[in-house]
Amino acid sequence: MANLNSYLIISAILFSIGTVGVLTRKNAIVIFMCIELMLNAVNLTFVALSRHLGNLDGQVFVFFIMTVAAAEAAVGLALMISFYNNKESIDVDDVHLMKW
Amino acid sequence: MDMISIPAINMTPILPEIFLSSLAMVLLLITVFSPGGSKSLLGNISFIGIAATAVLVGSGWGANISSFNGSVILDNFATFFKMVFLLSAGLSILISDKYMNREGCNHGELYPIILFTTVGMMLMASGTDLMVIFLGLEVMSVSLYVLAGFNRNNLKSNEAGLKYFLLGAFSTGFLLYGMALIYGATGTTRIAKIATIIGQMTLPSANIMLVAGMLLMFTGFAFKVAAAPFHMWTPDVYEGAPTPMTAFMSTGPKAAAFAASLRIFLIALPTLQAEWGQLLWVLAVLTMTVGNITALRQDNIKRMLAYSSIAHAGYCLVGFAAGNGTGTAGILFYMLSYAFMNIGAFAIIILVAKKGEPNGTVMDLAGFGFKHPILALAMTIFMFSLAGVPPTAGFIGKFYLFSGAIQKGYIWLAILGVLNSAASVYYYLRVIVYMYMKEPNEEFEWTVVTAPVALALLIAVAGTLIPGVVPSLLLELAQNAIKLI
Repeated sequence: MANLNSYLIISAILFSIGTVGVLTRKNAIVIFMCIELMLNAVNLTFVALSRHLGNLDGQVFVFFIMTVAAAEAAVGLALMISFYNNKESIDVDDVHLMKW
Repeated sequence: MDMISIPAINMTPILPEIFLSSLAMVLLLITVFSPGGSKSLLGNISFIGIAATAVLVGSGWGANISSFNGSVILDNFATFFKMVFLLSAGLSILISDKYMNREGCNHGELYPIILFTTVGMMLMASGTDLMVIFLGLEVMSVSLYVLAGFNRNNLKSNEAGLKYFLLGAFSTGFLLYGMALIYGATGTTRIAKIATIIGQMTLPSANIMLVAGMLLMFTGFAFKVAAAPFHMWTPDVYEGAPTPMTAFMSTGPKAAAFAASLRIFLIALPTLQAEWGQLLWVLAVLTMTVGNITALRQDNIKRMLAYSSIAHAGYCLVGFAAGNGTGTAGILFYMLSYAFMNIGAFAIIILVAKKGEPNGTVMDLAGFGFKHPILALAMTIFMFSLAGVPPTAGFIGKFYLFSGAIQKGYIWLAILGVLNSAASVYYYLRVIVYMYMKEPNEEFEWTVVTAPVALALLIAVAGTLIPGVVPSLLLELAQNAIKLI
Protein backbone atom coordinates (compact mmCIF):
# COMPACT_ATOMS: atom_id res chain seq x y z
CA MET A 1 0.00 0.00 0.00
CA ALA A 2 1.28 3.41 -0.96
CA ASN A 3 1.99 5.74 1.94
CA LEU A 4 0.33 9.03 2.79
CA ASN A 5 2.93 11.13 1.05
CA SER A 6 2.28 9.70 -2.37
CA TYR A 7 -1.43 10.50 -2.03
CA LEU A 8 -0.67 14.02 -0.92
CA ILE A 9 1.77 14.53 -3.76
CA ILE A 10 -0.61 13.22 -6.40
CA SER A 11 -3.39 15.44 -5.10
CA ALA A 12 -1.05 18.44 -5.07
CA ILE A 13 -0.18 17.67 -8.70
CA LEU A 14 -3.85 17.36 -9.63
CA PHE A 15 -4.62 20.63 -7.87
CA SER A 16 -1.82 22.38 -9.75
CA ILE A 17 -3.00 21.00 -13.09
CA GLY A 18 -6.45 22.31 -12.30
CA THR A 19 -5.13 25.74 -11.32
CA VAL A 20 -3.00 26.05 -14.43
CA GLY A 21 -5.95 24.94 -16.53
CA VAL A 22 -8.22 27.60 -15.06
CA LEU A 23 -5.63 30.27 -15.79
CA THR A 24 -4.78 29.22 -19.35
CA ARG A 25 -7.94 27.76 -20.88
CA LYS A 26 -10.43 29.91 -22.77
CA ASN A 27 -13.55 27.79 -22.92
CA ALA A 28 -15.79 28.35 -19.91
CA ILE A 29 -16.77 24.69 -19.71
CA VAL A 30 -13.14 23.55 -19.77
CA ILE A 31 -12.38 26.08 -17.03
CA PHE A 32 -15.21 24.65 -15.03
CA MET A 33 -13.83 21.13 -15.55
CA CYS A 34 -10.47 22.34 -14.24
CA ILE A 35 -12.19 23.73 -11.17
CA GLU A 36 -13.82 20.34 -10.62
CA LEU A 37 -10.37 18.79 -10.89
CA MET A 38 -9.17 21.12 -8.13
CA LEU A 39 -12.10 20.14 -5.93
CA ASN A 40 -11.43 16.46 -6.52
CA ALA A 41 -7.78 16.93 -5.64
CA VAL A 42 -9.01 18.37 -2.36
CA ASN A 43 -11.29 15.37 -1.91
CA LEU A 44 -8.36 13.03 -2.41
CA THR A 45 -6.35 14.96 0.16
CA PHE A 46 -9.20 14.74 2.66
CA VAL A 47 -9.73 11.03 2.18
CA ALA A 48 -6.04 10.21 2.38
CA LEU A 49 -5.61 12.30 5.52
CA SER A 50 -8.73 10.88 7.06
CA ARG A 51 -7.43 7.36 6.53
CA HIS A 52 -4.03 8.31 7.88
CA LEU A 53 -5.41 10.00 10.98
CA GLY A 54 -7.99 7.29 11.59
CA ASN A 55 -10.68 9.93 11.93
CA LEU A 56 -13.89 10.22 9.94
CA ASP A 57 -14.20 14.01 9.82
CA GLY A 58 -12.32 14.22 6.56
CA GLN A 59 -14.58 11.73 4.82
CA VAL A 60 -17.69 13.56 5.99
CA PHE A 61 -16.17 16.74 4.59
CA VAL A 62 -15.76 15.00 1.22
CA PHE A 63 -19.49 14.27 1.08
CA PHE A 64 -20.21 17.94 1.66
CA ILE A 65 -17.76 18.96 -1.06
CA MET A 66 -19.31 16.58 -3.57
CA THR A 67 -22.82 17.80 -2.81
CA VAL A 68 -21.81 21.42 -3.07
CA ALA A 69 -19.92 20.77 -6.31
CA ALA A 70 -23.09 19.30 -7.79
CA ALA A 71 -25.13 22.33 -6.80
CA GLU A 72 -22.43 24.60 -8.17
CA ALA A 73 -22.43 22.72 -11.47
CA ALA A 74 -26.17 23.19 -11.84
CA VAL A 75 -25.97 26.92 -11.28
CA GLY A 76 -22.80 27.35 -13.31
CA LEU A 77 -24.07 25.53 -16.36
CA ALA A 78 -27.31 27.50 -16.20
CA LEU A 79 -25.32 30.73 -16.19
CA MET A 80 -23.29 29.52 -19.15
CA ILE A 81 -26.47 28.69 -21.06
CA SER A 82 -27.94 32.12 -20.46
CA PHE A 83 -24.67 33.69 -21.60
CA TYR A 84 -24.67 31.49 -24.68
CA ASN A 85 -28.24 32.48 -25.48
CA ASN A 86 -27.23 36.10 -25.74
CA LYS A 87 -23.76 35.80 -27.14
CA GLU A 88 -23.63 32.50 -29.07
CA SER A 89 -20.30 31.69 -27.45
CA ILE A 90 -18.90 30.45 -24.16
CA ASP A 91 -15.37 31.57 -24.83
CA VAL A 92 -14.14 33.69 -21.94
CA ASP A 93 -12.42 35.98 -24.44
CA ASP A 94 -15.93 37.07 -25.39
CA VAL A 95 -16.63 38.06 -21.80
CA HIS A 96 -15.28 41.54 -22.29
CA LEU A 97 -18.17 43.97 -22.20
CA MET A 98 -16.85 45.62 -19.08
CA LYS A 99 -13.30 46.85 -18.84
CA TRP A 100 -11.58 49.35 -16.67
CA MET B 1 -12.25 3.83 14.39
CA ASP B 2 -14.65 4.58 17.17
CA MET B 3 -18.39 4.65 16.89
CA ILE B 4 -20.09 7.88 16.00
CA SER B 5 -22.01 9.02 19.03
CA ILE B 6 -24.97 11.27 18.50
CA PRO B 7 -24.92 14.07 21.06
CA ALA B 8 -27.93 15.86 22.42
CA ILE B 9 -28.82 18.61 20.00
CA ASN B 10 -29.88 22.07 21.01
CA MET B 11 -31.67 23.72 18.10
CA THR B 12 -31.66 27.25 19.55
CA PRO B 13 -28.50 28.48 17.78
CA ILE B 14 -29.84 27.72 14.32
CA LEU B 15 -33.49 28.61 14.90
CA PRO B 16 -33.27 31.82 12.81
CA GLU B 17 -31.68 29.91 9.94
CA ILE B 18 -34.37 27.24 10.06
CA PHE B 19 -37.10 29.86 10.08
CA LEU B 20 -35.61 31.83 7.21
CA SER B 21 -34.95 28.83 4.98
CA SER B 22 -38.46 27.46 5.55
CA LEU B 23 -39.87 30.84 4.62
CA ALA B 24 -37.72 30.90 1.49
CA MET B 25 -38.95 27.47 0.43
CA VAL B 26 -42.58 28.44 0.96
CA LEU B 27 -42.06 31.59 -1.10
CA LEU B 28 -40.41 29.55 -3.83
CA LEU B 29 -43.46 27.29 -3.97
CA ILE B 30 -45.78 30.29 -4.09
CA THR B 31 -43.80 31.61 -7.06
CA VAL B 32 -44.05 28.32 -8.89
CA PHE B 33 -47.78 27.89 -8.36
CA SER B 34 -48.79 31.48 -9.09
CA PRO B 35 -46.58 32.55 -11.99
CA GLY B 36 -48.61 35.67 -12.67
CA GLY B 37 -48.95 36.72 -9.05
CA SER B 38 -47.77 40.00 -7.60
CA LYS B 39 -44.03 40.01 -7.04
CA SER B 40 -44.22 43.04 -4.78
CA LEU B 41 -46.24 40.92 -2.38
CA LEU B 42 -43.42 38.37 -2.25
CA GLY B 43 -40.99 41.19 -1.55
CA ASN B 44 -43.16 42.46 1.29
CA ILE B 45 -43.52 39.00 2.79
CA SER B 46 -39.77 38.44 2.68
CA PHE B 47 -39.12 41.82 4.24
CA ILE B 48 -41.48 41.00 7.08
CA GLY B 49 -39.79 37.60 7.37
CA ILE B 50 -36.41 39.27 7.62
CA ALA B 51 -37.71 41.64 10.28
CA ALA B 52 -39.14 38.70 12.25
CA THR B 53 -35.82 36.87 11.97
CA ALA B 54 -34.05 39.98 13.21
CA VAL B 55 -36.26 39.94 16.31
CA LEU B 56 -35.47 36.25 16.77
CA VAL B 57 -31.75 36.86 16.37
CA GLY B 58 -31.84 39.90 18.62
CA SER B 59 -33.47 37.92 21.41
CA GLY B 60 -30.35 35.75 21.49
CA TRP B 61 -28.09 38.65 22.46
CA GLY B 62 -26.00 37.78 25.47
CA ALA B 63 -26.42 34.01 25.08
CA ASN B 64 -23.49 31.68 24.61
CA ILE B 65 -24.77 28.32 23.46
CA SER B 66 -22.67 25.86 21.53
CA SER B 67 -24.53 23.08 19.79
CA PHE B 68 -24.22 20.22 17.30
CA ASN B 69 -21.15 18.91 19.09
CA GLY B 70 -19.38 22.23 18.83
CA SER B 71 -20.19 22.93 15.18
CA VAL B 72 -22.30 26.00 15.62
CA ILE B 73 -22.40 28.59 18.33
CA LEU B 74 -24.76 31.32 19.36
CA ASP B 75 -22.68 34.14 20.76
CA ASN B 76 -22.69 37.90 20.53
CA PHE B 77 -20.22 37.86 17.69
CA ALA B 78 -22.56 35.74 15.57
CA THR B 79 -25.58 37.77 16.64
CA PHE B 80 -23.98 41.07 15.70
CA PHE B 81 -22.98 39.83 12.27
CA LYS B 82 -26.35 38.19 11.68
CA MET B 83 -27.94 41.57 12.29
CA VAL B 84 -25.65 43.10 9.65
CA PHE B 85 -26.67 40.42 7.13
CA LEU B 86 -30.37 40.80 7.88
CA LEU B 87 -30.10 44.55 7.56
CA SER B 88 -28.30 44.27 4.27
CA ALA B 89 -30.80 41.74 2.92
CA GLY B 90 -33.79 43.71 4.19
CA LEU B 91 -32.67 47.00 2.67
CA SER B 92 -31.81 45.28 -0.62
CA ILE B 93 -35.24 43.71 -0.77
CA LEU B 94 -36.82 47.11 -0.21
CA ILE B 95 -34.99 48.65 -3.17
CA SER B 96 -35.34 45.61 -5.45
CA ASP B 97 -38.96 45.87 -6.48
CA LYS B 98 -38.71 49.20 -8.27
CA TYR B 99 -35.53 48.27 -10.11
CA MET B 100 -36.66 44.82 -11.15
CA ASN B 101 -39.96 46.16 -12.46
CA ARG B 102 -38.17 48.79 -14.52
CA GLU B 103 -35.73 46.29 -15.99
CA GLY B 104 -38.49 43.79 -16.67
CA CYS B 105 -36.95 40.96 -14.71
CA ASN B 106 -39.11 40.90 -11.62
CA HIS B 107 -39.16 37.15 -11.31
CA GLY B 108 -40.43 35.82 -8.01
CA GLU B 109 -37.33 33.69 -7.39
CA LEU B 110 -35.38 36.80 -6.50
CA TYR B 111 -36.66 37.03 -2.92
CA PRO B 112 -36.24 33.38 -1.92
CA ILE B 113 -32.71 33.44 -3.32
CA ILE B 114 -31.89 36.53 -1.27
CA LEU B 115 -33.20 34.71 1.78
CA PHE B 116 -31.08 31.64 1.02
CA THR B 117 -28.03 33.85 0.66
CA THR B 118 -28.81 35.31 4.06
CA VAL B 119 -29.09 31.83 5.58
CA GLY B 120 -25.67 30.97 4.16
CA MET B 121 -24.15 34.13 5.58
CA MET B 122 -25.70 33.46 8.98
CA LEU B 123 -24.21 29.97 9.03
CA MET B 124 -20.82 31.44 8.21
CA ALA B 125 -21.02 33.77 11.17
CA SER B 126 -22.15 31.13 13.65
CA GLY B 127 -20.14 28.16 12.38
CA THR B 128 -17.34 26.98 14.64
CA ASP B 129 -16.37 24.06 12.44
CA LEU B 130 -14.61 24.41 9.11
CA MET B 131 -17.29 22.20 7.58
CA VAL B 132 -20.15 24.45 8.64
CA ILE B 133 -18.28 27.55 7.56
CA PHE B 134 -17.61 26.00 4.16
CA LEU B 135 -21.24 24.97 3.81
CA GLY B 136 -22.47 28.43 4.72
CA LEU B 137 -20.00 30.02 2.34
CA GLU B 138 -21.21 27.86 -0.51
CA VAL B 139 -24.90 28.37 0.19
CA MET B 140 -24.13 32.07 0.07
CA SER B 141 -21.90 31.95 -3.01
CA VAL B 142 -24.08 29.71 -5.16
CA SER B 143 -27.08 31.94 -4.48
CA LEU B 144 -25.00 35.02 -5.24
CA TYR B 145 -23.96 33.66 -8.64
CA VAL B 146 -27.64 33.47 -9.49
CA LEU B 147 -28.32 36.95 -8.17
CA ALA B 148 -25.43 38.45 -10.15
CA GLY B 149 -26.75 36.93 -13.37
CA PHE B 150 -30.37 37.52 -12.45
CA ASN B 151 -31.27 39.79 -15.36
CA ARG B 152 -30.89 36.94 -17.80
CA ASN B 153 -31.73 38.88 -20.96
CA ASN B 154 -29.06 41.45 -20.27
CA LEU B 155 -25.62 40.56 -21.56
CA LYS B 156 -23.84 42.55 -18.86
CA SER B 157 -25.66 40.67 -16.16
CA ASN B 158 -24.84 37.34 -17.88
CA GLU B 159 -21.20 38.29 -17.93
CA ALA B 160 -21.27 39.30 -14.30
CA GLY B 161 -22.84 35.99 -13.30
CA LEU B 162 -20.43 33.93 -15.35
CA LYS B 163 -17.35 35.77 -14.14
CA TYR B 164 -18.46 35.63 -10.55
CA PHE B 165 -19.19 31.94 -10.86
CA LEU B 166 -15.86 31.00 -12.44
CA LEU B 167 -13.72 33.06 -10.08
CA GLY B 168 -15.82 32.26 -7.04
CA ALA B 169 -15.57 28.52 -7.64
CA PHE B 170 -11.86 28.90 -8.32
CA SER B 171 -11.32 30.65 -4.99
CA THR B 172 -13.41 28.01 -3.22
CA GLY B 173 -10.87 25.46 -4.45
CA PHE B 174 -8.08 27.31 -2.66
CA LEU B 175 -10.10 27.73 0.49
CA LEU B 176 -10.93 24.02 0.58
CA TYR B 177 -7.37 22.93 -0.05
CA GLY B 178 -6.33 25.14 2.85
CA MET B 179 -8.99 23.56 5.07
CA ALA B 180 -7.80 20.08 4.01
CA LEU B 181 -4.22 20.85 4.94
CA ILE B 182 -5.21 22.33 8.27
CA TYR B 183 -7.26 19.22 8.93
CA GLY B 184 -4.20 17.17 8.04
CA ALA B 185 -1.95 19.14 10.37
CA THR B 186 -4.30 19.08 13.34
CA GLY B 187 -6.59 16.10 12.79
CA THR B 188 -9.80 18.03 13.40
CA THR B 189 -12.08 20.54 11.74
CA ARG B 190 -13.41 22.11 14.95
CA ILE B 191 -12.01 25.59 15.36
CA ALA B 192 -11.59 25.38 19.13
CA LYS B 193 -9.80 22.03 18.90
CA ILE B 194 -7.53 23.30 16.14
CA ALA B 195 -6.49 26.11 18.47
CA THR B 196 -5.77 23.66 21.31
CA ILE B 197 -3.72 21.36 19.11
CA ILE B 198 -1.71 24.17 17.55
CA GLY B 199 -1.15 25.57 21.03
CA GLN B 200 0.55 22.30 22.01
CA MET B 201 2.91 22.36 19.04
CA THR B 202 6.45 23.43 19.88
CA LEU B 203 6.98 25.52 16.76
CA PRO B 204 3.77 25.85 14.72
CA SER B 205 5.30 28.23 12.19
CA ALA B 206 7.70 25.46 11.14
CA ASN B 207 4.88 23.03 10.36
CA ILE B 208 4.77 23.22 6.58
CA MET B 209 1.33 21.68 6.22
CA LEU B 210 -0.19 24.07 8.72
CA VAL B 211 1.42 27.16 7.22
CA ALA B 212 0.52 26.12 3.67
CA GLY B 213 -3.05 25.49 4.80
CA MET B 214 -3.22 28.88 6.44
CA LEU B 215 -1.90 30.61 3.32
CA LEU B 216 -4.34 28.83 1.02
CA MET B 217 -7.25 29.65 3.29
CA PHE B 218 -6.02 33.21 3.46
CA THR B 219 -6.09 33.40 -0.35
CA GLY B 220 -9.60 32.01 -0.45
CA PHE B 221 -10.91 34.58 1.99
CA ALA B 222 -9.00 37.38 0.27
CA PHE B 223 -10.95 36.52 -2.89
CA LYS B 224 -14.24 36.65 -1.00
CA VAL B 225 -13.63 40.02 0.61
CA ALA B 226 -12.21 41.31 -2.70
CA ALA B 227 -8.79 42.23 -1.34
CA ALA B 228 -6.12 43.22 -3.85
CA PRO B 229 -4.50 41.44 -5.68
CA PHE B 230 -7.52 39.09 -5.70
CA HIS B 231 -10.03 41.83 -6.51
CA MET B 232 -10.12 41.69 -10.31
CA TRP B 233 -13.59 40.16 -10.45
CA THR B 234 -15.19 42.80 -8.24
CA PRO B 235 -15.65 45.80 -10.56
CA ASP B 236 -17.01 43.71 -13.43
CA VAL B 237 -19.40 41.74 -11.27
CA TYR B 238 -20.59 44.80 -9.37
CA GLU B 239 -21.12 46.76 -12.56
CA GLY B 240 -22.95 44.02 -14.42
CA ALA B 241 -25.16 42.71 -11.64
CA PRO B 242 -28.60 44.26 -11.10
CA THR B 243 -28.04 47.36 -8.94
CA PRO B 244 -29.94 46.19 -5.82
CA MET B 245 -27.94 42.98 -5.93
CA THR B 246 -24.72 44.97 -6.21
CA ALA B 247 -25.76 46.82 -3.08
CA PHE B 248 -26.41 43.50 -1.39
CA MET B 249 -23.19 41.82 -2.56
CA SER B 250 -20.98 44.68 -1.51
CA THR B 251 -22.29 44.69 2.06
CA GLY B 252 -23.68 41.39 3.37
CA PRO B 253 -21.37 38.78 1.81
CA LYS B 254 -18.35 40.94 2.46
CA ALA B 255 -19.29 41.13 6.13
CA ALA B 256 -19.86 37.36 6.13
CA ALA B 257 -16.40 36.69 4.75
CA PHE B 258 -14.97 38.95 7.44
CA ALA B 259 -17.00 37.17 10.12
CA ALA B 260 -15.78 33.72 9.10
CA SER B 261 -12.17 34.74 8.61
CA LEU B 262 -12.09 36.66 11.91
CA ARG B 263 -13.34 33.59 13.72
CA ILE B 264 -10.90 31.25 11.98
CA PHE B 265 -7.83 33.44 12.23
CA LEU B 266 -8.40 34.86 15.69
CA ILE B 267 -9.66 31.70 17.41
CA ALA B 268 -8.04 28.84 15.52
CA LEU B 269 -4.77 30.41 14.47
CA PRO B 270 -3.81 33.04 17.08
CA THR B 271 -0.45 31.31 17.53
CA LEU B 272 0.42 32.26 13.97
CA GLN B 273 -0.67 35.87 14.38
CA ALA B 274 2.86 37.17 13.76
CA GLU B 275 2.73 35.54 10.33
CA TRP B 276 -0.76 36.40 9.15
CA GLY B 277 -0.64 39.81 10.76
CA GLN B 278 2.19 40.82 8.47
CA LEU B 279 0.48 39.34 5.43
CA LEU B 280 -2.62 41.33 6.29
CA TRP B 281 -0.51 44.47 6.68
CA VAL B 282 0.67 44.17 3.08
CA LEU B 283 -2.76 43.14 1.84
CA ALA B 284 -4.46 46.06 3.59
CA VAL B 285 -2.11 48.63 2.07
CA LEU B 286 -2.41 47.10 -1.40
CA THR B 287 -6.18 46.84 -1.20
CA MET B 288 -6.72 50.40 -0.01
CA THR B 289 -4.34 51.87 -2.55
CA VAL B 290 -5.50 49.88 -5.56
CA GLY B 291 -9.15 50.49 -4.70
CA ASN B 292 -8.81 54.22 -4.21
CA ILE B 293 -6.46 54.98 -7.06
CA THR B 294 -8.54 53.08 -9.58
CA ALA B 295 -11.73 54.61 -8.29
CA LEU B 296 -10.33 58.07 -9.00
CA ARG B 297 -10.62 57.60 -12.75
CA GLN B 298 -14.03 55.92 -12.95
CA ASP B 299 -16.93 57.67 -14.61
CA ASN B 300 -19.44 54.87 -14.28
CA ILE B 301 -20.92 55.33 -10.85
CA LYS B 302 -21.50 51.63 -10.12
CA ARG B 303 -17.93 50.88 -11.06
CA MET B 304 -16.69 53.72 -8.92
CA LEU B 305 -18.59 52.33 -5.95
CA ALA B 306 -17.19 48.87 -6.73
CA TYR B 307 -13.64 50.17 -6.46
CA SER B 308 -14.64 52.14 -3.40
CA SER B 309 -15.93 48.90 -1.86
CA ILE B 310 -12.51 47.35 -2.48
CA ALA B 311 -10.96 50.30 -0.67
CA HIS B 312 -13.39 49.86 2.22
CA ALA B 313 -12.44 46.20 2.51
CA GLY B 314 -8.89 47.52 2.76
CA TYR B 315 -9.78 49.77 5.70
CA CYS B 316 -11.32 46.79 7.46
CA LEU B 317 -8.20 44.75 6.78
CA VAL B 318 -6.28 47.44 8.69
CA GLY B 319 -8.35 46.58 11.74
CA PHE B 320 -7.91 42.88 11.02
CA ALA B 321 -4.13 43.23 10.73
CA ALA B 322 -4.11 44.90 14.13
CA GLY B 323 -6.12 41.95 15.45
CA ASN B 324 -6.71 43.63 18.82
CA GLY B 325 -9.92 44.62 20.56
CA THR B 326 -10.20 48.10 19.07
CA GLY B 327 -9.41 46.94 15.55
CA THR B 328 -11.84 44.02 15.51
CA ALA B 329 -14.61 46.01 17.15
CA GLY B 330 -13.91 48.59 14.47
CA ILE B 331 -14.51 45.99 11.76
CA LEU B 332 -17.87 45.08 13.25
CA PHE B 333 -18.86 48.72 13.60
CA TYR B 334 -17.64 49.52 10.09
CA MET B 335 -19.40 46.61 8.42
CA LEU B 336 -22.70 47.66 9.98
CA SER B 337 -22.38 51.31 9.03
CA TYR B 338 -21.06 50.42 5.58
CA ALA B 339 -24.24 48.43 4.97
CA PHE B 340 -26.31 51.54 5.71
CA MET B 341 -24.33 54.02 3.65
CA ASN B 342 -23.56 51.83 0.66
CA ILE B 343 -27.07 50.48 0.18
CA GLY B 344 -28.34 54.03 0.60
CA ALA B 345 -26.05 55.25 -2.17
CA PHE B 346 -27.16 52.43 -4.45
CA ALA B 347 -30.80 53.23 -3.73
CA ILE B 348 -30.22 56.74 -5.06
CA ILE B 349 -28.48 55.33 -8.13
CA ILE B 350 -31.53 53.15 -8.79
CA LEU B 351 -33.76 56.21 -8.58
CA VAL B 352 -31.61 58.26 -10.93
CA ALA B 353 -30.99 55.64 -13.62
CA LYS B 354 -33.27 54.96 -16.54
CA LYS B 355 -34.27 51.60 -17.97
CA GLY B 356 -31.29 49.55 -19.04
CA GLU B 357 -28.91 51.98 -17.37
CA PRO B 358 -27.59 53.18 -20.73
CA ASN B 359 -24.93 55.39 -19.21
CA GLY B 360 -25.14 55.56 -15.43
CA THR B 361 -22.18 57.89 -15.16
CA VAL B 362 -21.39 60.46 -12.53
CA MET B 363 -22.21 63.18 -15.09
CA ASP B 364 -25.80 61.97 -15.18
CA LEU B 365 -26.17 63.31 -11.67
CA ALA B 366 -25.65 66.87 -12.95
CA GLY B 367 -28.32 69.15 -11.59
CA PHE B 368 -29.79 66.46 -9.38
CA GLY B 369 -29.45 68.73 -6.37
CA PHE B 370 -31.94 71.25 -7.77
CA LYS B 371 -34.47 68.81 -9.11
CA HIS B 372 -34.63 66.55 -6.08
CA PRO B 373 -33.15 68.42 -3.13
CA ILE B 374 -34.13 65.82 -0.53
CA LEU B 375 -32.72 62.85 -2.45
CA ALA B 376 -29.58 64.80 -3.23
CA LEU B 377 -29.19 65.62 0.45
CA ALA B 378 -29.43 61.93 1.28
CA MET B 379 -26.83 61.13 -1.39
CA THR B 380 -24.58 63.84 0.05
CA ILE B 381 -24.82 62.25 3.48
CA PHE B 382 -23.91 58.83 2.07
CA MET B 383 -20.97 60.22 0.12
CA PHE B 384 -19.65 62.12 3.14
CA SER B 385 -19.95 58.98 5.22
CA LEU B 386 -18.15 56.87 2.62
CA ALA B 387 -15.42 59.49 2.50
CA GLY B 388 -15.21 59.44 6.28
CA VAL B 389 -16.24 62.99 7.07
CA PRO B 390 -17.55 63.60 10.60
CA PRO B 391 -20.21 63.44 12.00
CA THR B 392 -21.08 60.29 10.09
CA ALA B 393 -20.74 56.61 10.89
CA GLY B 394 -18.02 56.24 8.28
CA PHE B 395 -15.76 58.61 10.21
CA ILE B 396 -16.19 56.86 13.55
CA GLY B 397 -15.62 53.44 11.94
CA LYS B 398 -12.40 54.52 10.28
CA PHE B 399 -11.27 56.21 13.46
CA TYR B 400 -11.55 52.95 15.39
CA LEU B 401 -9.96 50.84 12.65
CA PHE B 402 -6.96 53.12 12.43
CA SER B 403 -6.60 53.57 16.19
CA GLY B 404 -6.57 49.78 16.48
CA ALA B 405 -3.58 49.75 14.14
CA ILE B 406 -1.85 52.47 16.14
CA GLN B 407 -2.36 50.59 19.41
CA LYS B 408 -0.76 47.59 17.81
CA GLY B 409 2.21 49.73 16.78
CA TYR B 410 1.41 49.75 13.06
CA ILE B 411 1.88 53.52 12.77
CA TRP B 412 2.71 53.41 9.07
CA LEU B 413 -0.34 51.33 8.32
CA ALA B 414 -2.54 53.92 9.98
CA ILE B 415 -0.80 56.75 8.14
CA LEU B 416 -1.23 55.03 4.79
CA GLY B 417 -4.86 54.42 5.67
CA VAL B 418 -5.48 58.07 6.42
CA LEU B 419 -3.71 59.16 3.23
CA ASN B 420 -5.85 56.76 1.25
CA SER B 421 -8.94 58.04 2.94
CA ALA B 422 -7.95 61.58 1.98
CA ALA B 423 -7.46 60.55 -1.66
CA SER B 424 -10.89 58.95 -1.69
CA VAL B 425 -12.51 62.27 -0.81
CA TYR B 426 -11.86 63.39 -4.40
CA TYR B 427 -14.15 60.92 -6.09
CA TYR B 428 -16.87 61.08 -3.48
CA LEU B 429 -16.92 64.86 -3.60
CA ARG B 430 -17.01 64.73 -7.38
CA VAL B 431 -20.48 63.23 -7.12
CA ILE B 432 -21.58 66.07 -4.86
CA VAL B 433 -20.03 68.67 -7.17
CA TYR B 434 -21.97 67.29 -10.11
CA MET B 435 -25.18 67.21 -8.14
CA TYR B 436 -25.03 70.81 -6.94
CA MET B 437 -22.72 72.76 -9.23
CA LYS B 438 -23.38 71.57 -12.77
CA GLU B 439 -26.28 72.25 -15.09
CA PRO B 440 -28.23 69.17 -16.11
CA ASN B 441 -27.38 68.14 -19.67
CA GLU B 442 -30.87 66.87 -20.30
CA GLU B 443 -34.31 67.21 -18.81
CA PHE B 444 -34.89 64.94 -15.82
CA GLU B 445 -37.75 62.56 -15.79
CA TRP B 446 -39.62 62.87 -12.54
CA THR B 447 -38.29 60.08 -10.36
CA VAL B 448 -41.04 58.25 -8.56
CA VAL B 449 -39.97 57.32 -5.06
CA THR B 450 -42.00 54.28 -4.09
CA ALA B 451 -42.82 53.63 -0.46
CA PRO B 452 -40.33 50.74 0.02
CA VAL B 453 -37.47 52.78 -1.45
CA ALA B 454 -38.39 55.72 0.74
CA LEU B 455 -38.37 53.45 3.79
CA ALA B 456 -34.97 52.04 2.79
CA LEU B 457 -33.56 55.53 2.34
CA LEU B 458 -34.94 56.64 5.68
CA ILE B 459 -33.36 53.67 7.46
CA ALA B 460 -30.09 54.20 5.62
CA VAL B 461 -29.89 57.91 6.47
CA ALA B 462 -30.73 57.23 10.11
CA GLY B 463 -28.16 54.43 10.25
CA THR B 464 -25.50 56.65 8.74
CA LEU B 465 -26.10 59.67 10.95
CA ILE B 466 -27.09 58.31 14.34
CA PRO B 467 -23.95 56.18 14.97
CA GLY B 468 -21.92 59.14 13.75
CA VAL B 469 -23.42 61.48 16.34
CA VAL B 470 -23.75 59.02 19.23
CA PRO B 471 -21.29 56.22 18.49
CA SER B 472 -21.04 54.91 22.04
CA LEU B 473 -24.12 52.66 21.94
CA LEU B 474 -23.21 50.81 18.76
CA LEU B 475 -19.57 50.64 19.73
CA GLU B 476 -20.45 49.11 23.05
CA LEU B 477 -22.42 46.42 21.22
CA ALA B 478 -19.47 45.78 18.90
CA GLN B 479 -17.08 45.52 21.84
CA ASN B 480 -19.43 43.12 23.60
CA ALA B 481 -19.58 41.06 20.45
CA ILE B 482 -15.85 40.53 20.22
CA LYS B 483 -15.36 39.74 23.91
CA LEU B 484 -15.83 36.05 23.27
CA ILE B 485 -13.24 35.67 20.56
